[in-house]
Amino acid sequence: MTPVEAHTEGNGAAPAAAGAPMLELRSIDVNYGRVRALRGVSLTVNEGEIVALIGSNGAGKTTTLRTISGLNRPSRGEVRLRGVPIHQLGAERIARMGVAHAPEGRRLFPRMTVRENLEMGAYARTDRAGVRESFERVFTLFPRLKERTSQLAGSLSGGEQQMVAIGRAYMSNPQILLLDEPSLGLAPILVDTIFEVIREINARGGTILLIEQNALLALKTASRGYVLETGNIALSGPAQDLLTSPDVQRAYLGM
Amino acid sequence: MRNPLLRHATVCVALAVVLVLLTYVFDAFTDYKIAGVAIFFIAAAGLTVLTGVNGQLSLGHGALMAIGAYTTSLLLKEQPQLPMILPLLAAIVSTGVAGAVIGVAAARLRGPYLAGATLALAVGLPQVAVHYGSVFGGNQGLPVPVPTPPSALGGDFPNERWLAWIAIAAALITLFLLANLVSGATGARLRAVADDEAAASLAGINVARIQVLAFVVSAACAGLAGSLFAYWVGLTAPSGFGLSVSLQLLSAIVIGGLGSLSGAVLGSFLVVMAPFTISDLAGNLNLSSDVANNLPLALYGVVLIVTMLAFPRGIQGALFSLWRLAKRNLRRPQAPTVSTTA
Ligand SMILES: Nc1ncnc2c1ncn2[C@@H]1O[C@H](COP(=O)(O)OP(=O)(O)OP(=O)(O)O)[C@@H](O)[C@H]1O
Ligand SMILES: [Mg+2]
Repeated sequence: MTPVEAHTEGNGAAPAAAGAPMLELRSIDVNYGRVRALRGVSLTVNEGEIVALIGSNGAGKTTTLRTISGLNRPSRGEVRLRGVPIHQLGAERIARMGVAHAPEGRRLFPRMTVRENLEMGAYARTDRAGVRESFERVFTLFPRLKERTSQLAGSLSGGEQQMVAIGRAYMSNPQILLLDEPSLGLAPILVDTIFEVIREINARGGTILLIEQNALLALKTASRGYVLETGNIALSGPAQDLLTSPDVQRAYLGM
Repeated sequence: MRNPLLRHATVCVALAVVLVLLTYVFDAFTDYKIAGVAIFFIAAAGLTVLTGVNGQLSLGHGALMAIGAYTTSLLLKEQPQLPMILPLLAAIVSTGVAGAVIGVAAARLRGPYLAGATLALAVGLPQVAVHYGSVFGGNQGLPVPVPTPPSALGGDFPNERWLAWIAIAAALITLFLLANLVSGATGARLRAVADDEAAASLAGINVARIQVLAFVVSAACAGLAGSLFAYWVGLTAPSGFGLSVSLQLLSAIVIGGLGSLSGAVLGSFLVVMAPFTISDLAGNLNLSSDVANNLPLALYGVVLIVTMLAFPRGIQGALFSLWRLAKRNLRRPQAPTVSTTA
């Protein structure tokens, strides 16, 4: 058995599961008008895992996340959260079911302060004590945000905005965290900080689906990975195996 | 005061006391103008919630006012003796329902399409009144009786002062309700949707529902204003609710400071008082009536452009900056006079 399996339609590689399946995509197609952005995409994220989804520009990574969180609708296939089909629901319903999405481009509320942005993340929550605890957690993870609670989000640096975007998603106390290129446009030192936080969230039991163009970093952080090529899952397997796969090394690691 | 509910109540009660006292100081005609400002403010405050806070542009608020005004006039045509509160409430309800219908459509429209649709409403609706003249009175319109003060206030209590009281009460209740709406959890939702719809829905907010809510609230305000406007003018006619009313409302909220209710107060004052002042001026300068009639509109344009260039956050924003500047300089009298405000 080869460590990295070529992906066949509707049949994802089945690695040693970290926990029960949290999120499953089954044979998802997504179209933008006549353009088909995703073709039979299947993937699984198990509870407590970090899974990396890598691929080059335009491969369909963002589309995959948007489909999970209900911003795009698949024309075929299913998305299940803990076994419950969610692909027919609106984005706000899916968010309330525990899917937190830190979207491409951060998408903060620029006229709101850092604190208000974080509050919006906890919007659907009713457990006040838990929300207060999440605030403390976010400020422990990102001490820089604590000094900037009343600054307008629109006036933050790119790195700080990314921290707020992740913090806002984290504030919902999610079942699963979807991160779309958290390292994009950040200085290396900030990238380290962000990935440190991602690992820490995971160490405390958080389940994460991570999109990255920085394949090396993503695969070093994740336990499993999927490689998306023009709307298809081309490869999948344990992150360690993908890192040593000649195909991945040639196409994504520049070796 | 930390509790916003209490703070808003205090401000509104204080304003009520001051304004009622002022109606005793001023003559009847000035009271009449105050009533006009208060009525206009109700519609402008509603538009502030929709456009300034929730980010949906409406060019059709004049038409919504017309719905309120015609509801009132038609009711009074059938039942002239109806106590005033009933036509006012009926106008709020009918316009609120219209707002819900428009809001559902608007939730599917964005930017220029929404502007276009509401513009069509502003232009089209008054034509309905002309076309079905037997019901709506055509171009002549429907008369509305002058509200008379209760006899308990004394025989020589001027009608204008009574109307001003009613308008002030309605305006302050509106201000109180909207201030609480905007500063609370719903306000956060309204702003989040205005800032970024996708991000708002990812936060668990039902974007369409919030947009419809904003339209309903805003329309209900326009309906109340339209109803009072009918009493104020003594007539409901298509010419009173043309596109220019919608544009004046937009001017008021932009000049005052988009998204701010206190800005809507300032903007309403300027937009309503300007024509009176200008026509006085034109009279003194012996301008021809053509010039005098169009001067206010031309001046709005100039003021609007100047405001947007000089004070992007409107008069309210400019005053706020000034106040902060003054506070800083008062606290540190030695500070250099060059300020570093952004
Ligand atoms: N709104 C849209 N309308 C039409 N086509 C779109 C739209 N969004 C994405 N696409 C197309 O779908 C494909 C996948 O795009 P997607 O944004 O998912 O890629 P990506 O992997 O996230 O790329 P990147 O790394 O550049 O962010 C691309 O070919 C893109 O041009
Ligand atoms: Mg992308």
